[in-house]
Amino acid sequence: MFEMDWQTLIDSRAVLLSGMRITLQITVVAILFGLAWGTVLAAFSLSSHYVLRVFTQAYVSLFRSIPLVMLLLWFFLIVPQFLKALFNLPSTVDLRLVSALTAYSLLEAAFFCEIIRAGIASLPRGQFQAGYALGMTPFQTLRYVIFPQAFRAMVPLALTQCIVIFQDTSLVYVIALGDFFRRVTAIGERDGTLVPMLIVAGVAYWSVTTLLITITNGVRTRLAK
Amino acid sequence: MDYRWHWGVLLQPVATGEPATYLGWLVSGVVNTVELTLLAFSLALVTGTLFGVMRTLPNRAAKAVSAAYVSIFRGVPLIVQFFIWFFVVPELLPAAIGDWLKSLPSHPQFLIASVVSLGVYTGSRICEQVRAGILARPVGQIHAAFALGLTRAQAYRYVLLPVTFRTIWGPLTSEFLIISKNSAVASTIGLLELSGQARQLVDYTAQPYESFICVTLVYMGLNFAILCCMRWIRRRTALPGLIGG
Repeated sequence: MFEMDWQTLIDSRAVLLSGMRITLQITVVAILFGLAWGTVLAAFSLSSHYVLRVFTQAYVSLFRSIPLVMLLLWFFLIVPQFLKALFNLPSTVDLRLVSALTAYSLLEAAFFCEIIRAGIASLPRGQFQAGYALGMTPFQTLRYVIFPQAFRAMVPLALTQCIVIFQDTSLVYVIALGDFFRRVTAIGERDGTLVPMLIVAGVAYWSVTTLLITITNGVRTRLAK
Repeated sequence: MDYRWHWGVLLQPVATGEPATYLGWLVSGVVNTVELTLLAFSLALVTGTLFGVMRTLPNRAAKAVSAAYVSIFRGVPLIVQFFIWFFVVPELLPAAIGDWLKSLPSHPQFLIASVVSLGVYTGSRICEQVRAGILARPVGQIHAAFALGLTRAQAYRYVLLPVTFRTIWGPLTSEFLIISKNSAVASTIGLLELSGQARQLVDYTAQPYESFICVTLVYMGLNFAILCCMRWIRRRTALPGLIGG
């Protein structure tokens, strides 16, 4: 079971690398979009408008109560139909990647919203009043007083969340999108080397995660100084 | 969008010829999800407590083993761990045990692998919380226990752990919620829990919205039930005088 011709691993490196590219693409898009939309949601939750606050609350609890696997299946059901109706696409266009990017971006926005809110909650209440007392509008107060401090407070949590996102992208397996893990299992099944290939995948993910943890720990100690 | 809603499809007998309705499939999915969640959470509590305690012992080997456990099981994505426990570990075990595992019917095979994957993975997260909880106890508590003549094991059992569990009850509740959602990953190795049944229902009925809506609502209900249950336990076990209960 463990006999493995390592040459096949070298031969399929192009496939594996393009899988890793998809993994990283989802990770980066989810982090960037999630941070942006999450910041807007966090601002909504501080708003004096009842509707905006309720919307944010409902959004965050909805996304957090559904398993990621179900969320991916939902988006793979809805997004392609929506896009095809909107742009009149032929039904052969593969929209797995777009569906996955949408699902992860919207989900991570809910998590980043919570993280930013925790960052804001750690600030003294007087910061808002201080901003208003200086004649700033609510938006300016957020932009120049609250968010810069909240972002600094949330960096450790946000970095941990980025590592979680990197690991969670492997779940696109359920919609058969060819990320790193899906490609690994496909090669393993093709060559009858699933067992060694799975060990390769485990070691690869562990190495990247450990590297990322080392980097974030470095950032954390630097910030704490 | 011209989708034809047809909720009645859930009450129809299944197309495979089994004596069941599609609703019956969903119910068996709920049973499997609840079973997996409870078993895996129990395993996670045991391994998490064990390794969390090891991390706080004055013994370098115990600390190193516990640190390695956390690093390995938090460093690999959950779905990869499911695949490794299901496909790789039976090959690594002694031939007799591996063959016995593979000779089991498919459902127990899936369930055993799923409980172990999910339990050991979540255990590595609980381990960190238990460790942090124990380290947050004032050092005077264990000294007081020693002064009363308790052994180290007794000090953990009767003094440190009972208070630690009460202080980390919040994070533990989150872990319970997370494990119920992570149980959906078990469908990737073939266990027909809720999300697995949802996909099977789509294949057989071609009515994706009905089955997805049902399954999503059940997950939300499950979340709510866990939350209520954990709050009830928290109230029943609250220590007088502690803010966190």
